[in-house]
Amino acid sequence: MRFLAWLEALGRAALLWVNAMRGLPRWSDVKLVGRQIYNVGFLSLIIIVLSAFSIGAVLALQFYTQLARFGAEDAVGLGLALVVLRELGPVVTALLFAGRAGSALTAEIGLMKTTEQLSSMEMMGVDPLHRIVAPRIWAGIISVPILTLIFNIVAIYGGALVAVDWLGADPGGFWSGMQDVVQLWEDLGKGMIKSVVFAVLVTWVAVFQGYDSPPTAEGMSMATTRTVVISSVLILAADFLLTLVLYGDF
Amino acid sequence: MRMRTVEISVGAFVLAGLIALVLLAIQVSGVSLTQSEQSYSITARFDDIAGLRPRAKVSMAGVTIGRVRDIAVDMEWGDAIVTMEIFGEPGSLTTDTGAKILTEGILGARYVGLLPGGDDEKLGAGDEITETQGALVLENLIGDFLTSLGD
Repeated sequence: MRFLAWLEALGRAALLWVNAMRGLPRWSDVKLVGRQIYNVGFLSLIIIVLSAFSIGAVLALQFYTQLARFGAEDAVGLGLALVVLRELGPVVTALLFAGRAGSALTAEIGLMKTTEQLSSMEMMGVDPLHRIVAPRIWAGIISVPILTLIFNIVAIYGGALVAVDWLGADPGGFWSGMQDVVQLWEDLGKGMIKSVVFAVLVTWVAVFQGYDSPPTAEGMSMATTRTVVISSVLILAADFLLTLVLYGDF
Repeated sequence: MRMRTVEISVGAFVLAGLIALVLLAIQVSGVSLTQSEQSYSITARFDDIAGLRPRAKVSMAGVTIGRVRDIAVDMEWGDAIVTMEIFGEPGSLTTDTGAKILTEGILGARYVGLLPGGDDEKLGAGDEITETQGALVLENLIGDFLTSLGD
């Protein structure tokens, strides 16, 4: 019985996504999407930049102290770039996005439902799926890759600051070692594919949890929690599968 | 006014993403904008390439002068055919140029080292280097050493 209920929720979620995304993007929605990009993307910049800087700095510190034991300080740059571009950039950005923007999306849509704004829209002949849900999904799909790009560049320059300017690694070895190994498609491109997939997953979960939450205070708080938990687990599971598909050599 | 702030912010956000993309491409992955560099390819046969990979560097006197483009195996002769891309115009390498598979450092990557020859004739595009020496494989060396001990 539990399984059937779960299956039913999955079906509802799939239908919600398909119905919301059908017939889009329409040009008249650009303004709505822009507004949402501001909410979920631009306002997430601070947390992304701060986290990226700390993660880049910590990675450079760890790589440097370990690699210096082998006299391989020049490998700090390429290690940092590969780890950030392939894994940490897309994954950490998506996790932060789920916490910062996904939960807010759920709460917003949940509250709209609780206060019956969604049903009044339906009465006015406005489809809430097109008016409310779809712009938020599109905004997420556009924002997360941009945030990931910004995360990557800040993390790498943060790492460069620590390794080169502070610890005294050779800047030539740092940058040229990185440029020799990092490939545009193989590392950056495939990382961006991950990021787009994560964006779809997070916004989908967030929007569905909000739309499907029981219209009570308790139901909304549970839905918000579930958004963060489910999307985090999905991101990590999807990351493993994507790495297997994209980088697995078989 | 409020809507304008939103639009400007979104514009700045997208622009920051684009700048990050360009920086990542140029500074991190080393894509050079002047990619129209001329190159020609030559081949060489080795008895053992031991972990040489496509995109490995081809160097002469320690300076990178090309990249390995393709590696194939000749089943009939049982040797490896390595196609290399040499930067610049044909006519810089002599026909008796030697090629060796070398290792960078102790654990480093394999690369192809070219040794200059003294011949007057030059290698053209698509020509083959005949003076080659395959990689030194540690297991074979140890095997040879043990057999020589036994004698």
